Amino acid sequence: MSAEKILKTLHPLERKTLPFLKQGILFEDLVKISGLKDVEVMRALQWLNNKKALEIREEISEVLNLDKNGFEYKKKGLPEKKFLKEIKNKALTIQELERKGLSREEINGCIGVLKQKAAVDVKKDKTLTFSITNFGRVFLEKTSLEEKLLSKKFPVNMSGLEDEERFAADNLLRRKGILKKEKIKKKTVELSSLGLKLVKNSSKIGDVSDRLTPAMLKTGSWKKKSFREYDVSINVPKISSGRRHFVNKAINYMKSIWLEMGFTEMKGSIVQSGFWNLDTLFVPQDHPARAMQDTFYVKEPKNAKIPEWYKKVKDVHENGADTGSTGWGGKWSKEEASENMLRTHTTGLSAMYLDKIRSGEYEMPAKFFSVNKVFRNEALDWKHLFEFNQVEGIVIDPNANLKHLKGYLKEFFGKMGFTDIRMRPGHFPYTEPSVEVDVYNPKKKEWIELGGAGIFRPEVTKTLIGIEVPVLAWGLGMERIIVDYFGFKDLRDLYNNKLDLLRNMKEWLK
Amino acid sequence: MPTITLNRKVFENLVGKKLSDEKLRDRISMIGTDLEELGEEEIVVEVFPNRPDMLSEQGFARAFSTFVGAKKGLSKFVVTDSKEKVIIDKNLKDVRPYTACAIAKNISFDDEKIRELIQVQEKLHVTYGRNRKKVAIGVYPLEKIEMPITFKAENPSEIVFQPLEGDKEMDAYQILKEHPTGEDYAHLLDGLDKYPVFRDAKGKVLSMPPIINSHDVGKITEDTKDVFIECSGFDFDVLHLALNMIVTTLHDMGAKIESMTLEYPDKKRKTPILEPSSMRVDLSYVNKILGTELGEKELKSCLEKMGYAYENKKVLVPAYRADILHQVDLIEDVAIAYGYENFEEVIPNVATLGQSDDFEGFKNKILNILVGLGYLETCTYCITNQKHQKERMNLDLDTVTLANSISEEYDSLRSWMIPSLLDVLASNMHQEYPQNLYEAGWVFKKDSKQETNILEQTRLGVVLCGQDADYTKIRQVLDLILNYLEVKYSVESTTHNSFIKGRVARAKIGGKGVAYIGEISPEVLENYELEMPVAALELNLSELYKIIK
Repeated sequence: MSAEKILKTLHPLERKTLPFLKQGILFEDLVKISGLKDVEVMRALQWLNNKKALEIREEISEVLNLDKNGFEYKKKGLPEKKFLKEIKNKALTIQELERKGLSREEINGCIGVLKQKAAVDVKKDKTLTFSITNFGRVFLEKTSLEEKLLSKKFPVNMSGLEDEERFAADNLLRRKGILKKEKIKKKTVELSSLGLKLVKNSSKIGDVSDRLTPAMLKTGSWKKKSFREYDVSINVPKISSGRRHFVNKAINYMKSIWLEMGFTEMKGSIVQSGFWNLDTLFVPQDHPARAMQDTFYVKEPKNAKIPEWYKKVKDVHENGADTGSTGWGGKWSKEEASENMLRTHTTGLSAMYLDKIRSGEYEMPAKFFSVNKVFRNEALDWKHLFEFNQVEGIVIDPNANLKHLKGYLKEFFGKMGFTDIRMRPGHFPYTEPSVEVDVYNPKKKEWIELGGAGIFRPEVTKTLIGIEVPVLAWGLGMERIIVDYFGFKDLRDLYNNKLDLLRNMKEWLK
Repeated sequence: MPTITLNRKVFENLVGKKLSDEKLRDRISMIGTDLEELGEEEIVVEVFPNRPDMLSEQGFARAFSTFVGAKKGLSKFVVTDSKEKVIIDKNLKDVRPYTACAIAKNISFDDEKIRELIQVQEKLHVTYGRNRKKVAIGVYPLEKIEMPITFKAENPSEIVFQPLEGDKEMDAYQILKEHPTGEDYAHLLDGLDKYPVFRDAKGKVLSMPPIINSHDVGKITEDTKDVFIECSGFDFDVLHLALNMIVTTLHDMGAKIESMTLEYPDKKRKTPILEPSSMRVDLSYVNKILGTELGEKELKSCLEKMGYAYENKKVLVPAYRADILHQVDLIEDVAIAYGYENFEEVIPNVATLGQSDDFEGFKNKILNILVGLGYLETCTYCITNQKHQKERMNLDLDTVTLANSISEEYDSLRSWMIPSLLDVLASNMHQEYPQNLYEAGWVFKKDSKQETNILEQTRLGVVLCGQDADYTKIRQVLDLILNYLEVKYSVESTTHNSFIKGRVARAKIGGKGVAYIGEISPEVLENYELEMPVAALELNLSELYKIIK
């Protein structure tokens, strides 16, 4: 940018500072003559520096400054002189000296200094008694090197000290609270050729306005004004907006995919009886998934009511009933089926909707989905949550087959941004064939397991719908997709509600 | 799910074919097991619970060898009659009524074979045997046993023997109290007056199932050649299947299998029977489910690949398969043989109308209003800590509690939303204020009118937290939402221990309370260690929805 152009975009602070700039001027001096505040001058200099108009040179130098006692001694003289003065005519004890206004600490300091100069004699009896020596009398009359140093104007630049002064400085620094060393920064301005040009032309800026005000518009005075031009490329402070939670945005998106594909949303309770969550799905009552460690059981209220027709489920478990199956054998317990639990999957909802086909509430062919919460009794860690979401879907269609299952899943994952999916054999007590579903992550070049699928067993469909119809079913993990999208490593980050994360998180752009 | 460790050399010998690592990886996963580790010497695989027969080197290799084409069809097992018997007493009826037994001879046991036998026994105990509850398996050196064997229930004080790895003779009570294995499984005999015991003809104790074998007669060593095997439990068919899994494993180790006569009080049985059972399979049903167009010949070859035989439209199912309940189970195996990777995706042309849940739509609309106010939506858990819901909020509530949560911190289901939001505020005190947050979530209340005896509703919580958060500001939020919905409502003064007295109100529609609004009391804020005022709203969306629709 040319000097002329830059002059038009200067901030008011830069404009106010510019006329006072000189090659090599000290920052403090600039503050004084400009009449601006420290921070204002500093900001102006930094902006001008960004524009390459100047450099701010910083020099660090070591100086001596007076410490707490130093101020006093500079005014009243050093305590050893006072000490000698007091005993000039008469030897005094330590207590007597204290009474004369010397502190015990000062006295101790003085003894050291004065003994070194052989200026006092010390007699030790019950107490210490001091008397002056001839050396002491000479010393008393002389101005010491330390006194000379103290008489200088502080701060004193260390590098400018004479040998004798340095010796005195070392002595005083060793004593408590008289002098201290400090590092100070000296800032000077070094103008570039652009800067020199700006300074030279600073008088030509003229009268520019910073803001367009309502008054200008009302009176029309804006017509005579020119407005400062902005440097539009510089950054401005960040703002944040109200937002939906990113997990809910992702959930809403997934729901929209199923809706587009003609699926109806299922709903149902979080707490379910074992009957709906497991038994209707032909999960045997002694199945390990039922064991306490995987499932959250409800302590109070412990039990649910189960439908009158539970006997159909009992029969199919015990002997297969009319489904063409042998059943699991053994005895099926109604009590166990009545136990309340937090649903371990949303497949229990699918069972309820198969029952709704039987009751005539819905007709075949039908497609249902849900994206909703499920629960597993696990300790929270980076790869386990006890509460998470499952993407559930069923297709009840007399002509459905395993290839269709892959078709529906491929379509869904395609819309989620995964082009490749793979089926592997799996096992679930309620599907046969059972399928593990993997999708390919082209960025990480790896297959990720995203859930289970299959065709419901006749023991499930015949019992719930009343006739045997192939029902395609899937239950997919949702959190892994979201974690992958946002680049988290820890699943807990999804639900830790850190507000800075919620405020600054990238948008769900699917 | 159970994993087993395969000795790679033994496994490859049994399969009869050596595969590259890459091929092994692929085939192990496509037969329906998860490969965990593939080493030079060991292979670790996870076996799904429907295939307990694959929990040994021998069982796994048998299934695998046909799958990779090294072998074909049904494995043949010869069983001869040992003429030996086991006498089962009727007093076992309510104790542990059944056993299935066999003899296996001519095994040259070494360290490796003993490891393999112990592994399959343990894995079967844990999985198919449901931790010995359903099936307990015992294997004994035959030469130490005098035939016939009896199985009966006895007084615990009369069952005296030196348990496996024990240092002295003990009675049954002592074993359950003092022996580590005894302690682990003692619960399986809870409430019984008599305990089951196997004894030989001389009265020597073989074992006390499902707890432990005798040290003397119940330990396999490198000197053992012939073994007696028993499975005990409550369902004869289940025990017979378990026995078949063990004896076919021993058979593939080189043993000669002999059957035994079981003299039950009511009838005699003979085990093991390793003849395959037969099941009808309908080719058109197979093709319908899989979407394939297989012919009879292809069906046969698929079934043979999975270790079955196919004759006259009937499938011969090996005697060790516990997972074939219905012909769909065979169809899954056909699909595995056909190769899951070979099913192409088809999008069928089935017209259905998509329909979202109406309440979900309503909820989303309200949540989006709050975005416009500049508030942040949070996502917290339904499972919470009772203390946060009650004591911290100065309230006494009857919450829905969990029976068995692993984390003490999460012991119940939430009754209302505001505590969850206060938790979020408390964990963000170093963040920029104001912090205005909202969330719609499930809340739970005991209610005997519901099927589960729990009423589940969705409620909206809003908290405004900052220097100037007050009643007016939260009232404005309530007004805004209800005015957008065009409902007539009243706002009445009320008392609520979580709010400042005189600064809390109940919003009602047609006399029915739908919301609380107010300023949270300083005691509550102190309980949450919050240092900023909070104004809060709790709006029952489920009720509101009912009223509007």
